[in-house]
Amino acid sequence: MTELIVLVAVFVGALLLGYLLISRVPQLLHTPLMSLTNAISAVTVLGALLLFGSRPSTAEAIIGTLAIILAIFNVIGGLAITGRMLRFFRKG
Amino acid sequence: MSASTAYLVIDIVIIAVLIIGIGLFRTPPSARRGTLAASLAMILAMAAVLIRMDINRPELITVALAVGSLAGLGLALRVNMIQIPAMIAFQHGAGGMAAFLVSFVELWRGAETGIGALPEVSGLAGLLIGAGTFSASLVASGKLANLLQPRPTVLRGHRWLLLLLTVAAIGLAVAGGLTSGPALGAILAAAIVVAAVLGVVAAIRIGGADMPVLISTLNATAGFAAAFCGIILSSYLLVAAGATVAASGSVLTQVMCKAMNRSLLKVFAGVRPASQQSSRPAGEPAPGPTAAGPSIEAIVESSGGALVGSSAESSAEPSAEPSSPTHADPQAAAVEALKNARRAIIVPGYGMAVAQAQFELVSLARKLQENGAEVKYAIHPVAGRMPGHMNVLLAEADVPYDQLVEMDEINPEFKEADLALVVGACDVVNPAAIEREGTPISGMPILRAMDARAVVVCNYDDKPGYSGVDNPLYEADSSILLWGDAKESLGALNALLEEAERM
Repeated sequence: MTELIVLVAVFVGALLLGYLLISRVPQLLHTPLMSLTNAISAVTVLGALLLFGSRPSTAEAIIGTLAIILAIFNVIGGLAITGRMLRFFRKG
Repeated sequence: MSASTAYLVIDIVIIAVLIIGIGLFRTPPSARRGTLAASLAMILAMAAVLIRMDINRPELITVALAVGSLAGLGLALRVNMIQIPAMIAFQHGAGGMAAFLVSFVELWRGAETGIGALPEVSGLAGLLIGAGTFSASLVASGKLANLLQPRPTVLRGHRWLLLLLTVAAIGLAVAGGLTSGPALGAILAAAIVVAAVLGVVAAIRIGGADMPVLISTLNATAGFAAAFCGIILSSYLLVAAGATVAASGSVLTQVMCKAMNRSLLKVFAGVRPASQQSSRPAGEPAPGPTAAGPSIEAIVESSGGALVGSSAESSAEPSAEPSSPTHADPQAAAVEALKNARRAIIVPGYGMAVAQAQFELVSLARKLQENGAEVKYAIHPVAGRMPGHMNVLLAEADVPYDQLVEMDEINPEFKEADLALVVGACDVVNPAAIEREGTPISGMPILRAMDARAVVVCNYDDKPGYSGVDNPLYEADSSILLWGDAKESLGALNALLEEAERM
């Protein structure tokens, strides 16, 4: 039960902290920001990996494999694009 | 106990590094460090999970990680900046699908072992939001890539359909929550399908200049799906990361709505500017020289030009016809204004992005600078096809970022400027937003281009922008109007300036 309370507290706390931090990001960086957060939202890759923590049935293995592919596609793709985009920004 | 404490500490450290990474998004150099920090956190997070869990089927995990990484990397290195919105929308979809797949398996397993009410409700929420995000993102991506009809598609009874699907999806989720037998899989699958249909129905009716709102909202829902998925997995890391992303998407949605003077509900419920419907009935292509892509012009908020590729072939020239009563030869007047400019402010709009005129524009700006003029770019928050998109497009075209100025900062400077060059922007420079009441854009923040001594407008035509409100700027004496494809108009100005230099 305490664990659940902590989880909800983490959820609310991260929402508030995120709101404060993001509000201060200049519009100049909004596209790279969305690209980065998109990569971060694919932390679901952890959940997909954890599906293999206990012996999966065939159906679960298929779903888990698909989930890992999709999530890691986002993580790697999102981070790589963010990096590429930010390299375009140069000072005059 | 000590082991689990250690894991908790590791999780907290990873969360801290992630949040510091986002916090570093202040300037481009610090953002580069922030991206490195976030990358490090993601690698650590995966390593920490793989080390602490029992690994079954390692061959599947390895292949899946390799395939997904290579696909992501391959695509990331290939896309250009005009394709970024479509790419990011597609990735929101992939994230949504991963979230609903994980939620599905966890709910399925939870029914056997028994989980608490809150984790179950979270899992169901992750399932529905993930599925809706998945399908809506694919529609958004298709629209942004012009693979799907970019204009809003309105079905009969659209709002009722949305309501019905929402109720059905939640109903199925509740039924899933109350079932634990073998029927559970079928009910959850049905919930996924209904939520996915809901996503499609919600996304097809959004189009044109509202796309930045849609893509920001999907950013937020992908975050929420991940966070809810984290609660059923009782992973602090997933919850924290998901909630941070949800907050980020929400902030961006808010910024976009405010900059367009639209509420989120109006965007999704399809309350559209009334006058727009009368001036451009659905299904009627906007007049334009391109037979290939008539639908694009219709959605162009501030028609700056034709679709990619079609501009080169278009033979009929709408440009160069004398349009302003005060300028018999607007092109000559524009060249004169450009040559005399000491302080120039460029206002690029969504139309510039559609016409892909950024490189011609930057080469024109260089000529002004070589001529001794100070050049700045005024960036409206909704310029481009997603939040901040215009900045990335111009950065790719080699504009230094200290020349890219946000709206509030640049607005007082228009009074001092002797030239405002508007390229593919209409509503965002429409003085009616401040001067008139009761229009769809009344109260919308605009760039005060009308304050400049001379205003050169390179727009596609004199039609009103996305809002459907006529633009009084076009009638001002200070305005020089060059209708036509922005890339061609700017190309012609570039050639004329070069010619003038040689003489």
